[in-house]
Amino acid sequence: MQKYSGFGLFKHSLTHHENWQRVWRNPTPKKKYDVIIIGGGGHGLATAYYLAKEHGITNVAVLEKGHLGGGNACRNTTIVRSNYLWDESAALYEHSMQLWEGLAQELNYNVMFSQRGVYHTCHTLQDMRSNERLVAANRLQGIDNEMVDAEQLQKEIPTMDCSKNARYPIMGASVQRRAGNARHDAVAWGYARAADALGVDLIQNCEVIDMEISDGKITGVKTKQYGVLKADRVGCVVAGNSGVLAKMAGIELPVESHPLQALVSEPIKPFLDTVVMSNHVHGYMSQSDKGDLVIGAGIDGWVGYGQRGSYGIIEHTIQAIVEMFPCTSRVRMNRQWGGIVDACPDASPIISETPIKNLFFNCGWGTGGFKGTPGSGNLFAHTLADGKPHPIAEPFSIQRFHTGALIDEHGAAGVAH
Amino acid sequence: MLHIYCPHCAEYREEDEFHCAGQAHISRPLDPEACSDEEWGEYLFFRKNPRGLHHELWVHAAGCRKFFNMTRDTQSYEIKEVYKIGEQPSVVAE
Repeated sequence: MQKYSGFGLFKHSLTHHENWQRVWRNPTPKKKYDVIIIGGGGHGLATAYYLAKEHGITNVAVLEKGHLGGGNACRNTTIVRSNYLWDESAALYEHSMQLWEGLAQELNYNVMFSQRGVYHTCHTLQDMRSNERLVAANRLQGIDNEMVDAEQLQKEIPTMDCSKNARYPIMGASVQRRAGNARHDAVAWGYARAADALGVDLIQNCEVIDMEISDGKITGVKTKQYGVLKADRVGCVVAGNSGVLAKMAGIELPVESHPLQALVSEPIKPFLDTVVMSNHVHGYMSQSDKGDLVIGAGIDGWVGYGQRGSYGIIEHTIQAIVEMFPCTSRVRMNRQWGGIVDACPDASPIISETPIKNLFFNCGWGTGGFKGTPGSGNLFAHTLADGKPHPIAEPFSIQRFHTGALIDEHGAAGVAH
Repeated sequence: MLHIYCPHCAEYREEDEFHCAGQAHISRPLDPEACSDEEWGEYLFFRKNPRGLHHELWVHAAGCRKFFNMTRDTQSYEIKEVYKIGEQPSVVAE
């Protein structure tokens, strides 16, 4: 792997940047792998990377039906935080957060991780109570999170309307200052490049159409382009299409796929140097380095695989944003899109074994998968290497929907759920 | 934006007036006490999640407030038919 550095950039500038190495190979798949990962998004690529790096398993293929990082990895609103309520989630998301903090160095790829803080505004007494509870829980878990009052909030975010004149006046906010955002594509590309360098085969334009299962055990997958590829273990990390793959395996998952929409404005001068989320008026926003306002909406209530949602959802979100930031009322929106998110009934993910031996699922991240990318990959790699889950991933088994040990994160999962 | 025909009002209305209440035709276990944890879990949490035809329960929340069923394609979002509670669909998902 060609190491990226300032010196390298200068060296290549002398040859007009025409001699850069390809970032990853484009291999033809082998007939047999130790592990096949279905889904070449952020989570799948991270899984492949950690399998190779931490477990020494390099005979791995990542099968992607489109291009790498072309699904939800390039459709999300890039927020990273770890202030969830329950200990199980705190352990999971904080594990991820700590990996985020060293990620650019580790991958030798600038993922533009920016710890600019994430605010959750409170508009009612109940909002204040539940956020104070969240802050208290996080402190006991050793995770930073604090409350600020409306006056302090106005000083920290001058462009936001924290006055009493708002329709739903802001009473205060919780803020995790280590939280922030990152460059979504770079995360997928960085993991892809690092995994490829360790010998992982990244197979693009390769759609899985069936699974080879005999005696309750998976032996391989059938692809549209390359026929049957054998594998000792198979991991599915396909977000919105998890239900489709589960059907091929003949199992059922407690997830439903919904469209989740986002939109960005035309680029404007810097006016918001942090991330603001409001569960109450239902909208969240940050400003990208290019100057676009990145705005996230909620999910459509019905099942949908179309990567587009209804207009009413966006309209509602824009109302909330204009309510909180009246100065944005005449900003024009540039683009709007949808991704398919697989939501679990308890708003927590599934990282689990399945009734089929050697088949594993990592899904159900719902509306909050981006922040989990490194942690999800790291823990799922452990699951695939050992055949049993890492202690942090153990509570996130499919079994919890039968035992009743749910991890209810509807409060902390935020706006979109 | 879906354009939905309410079988009770006998009119097309915009999606904003409606609310989707999830998968249709789920019947409550007849003897809940006798359910195993698996059966109870399946009833509560496991839903069909098809890429294709799907039967859904909808309510005309800002209208007549009555429930009805809908058969809809989850890929193209095309509504195949709507029918009242208690009726069976004529376009059947697999």
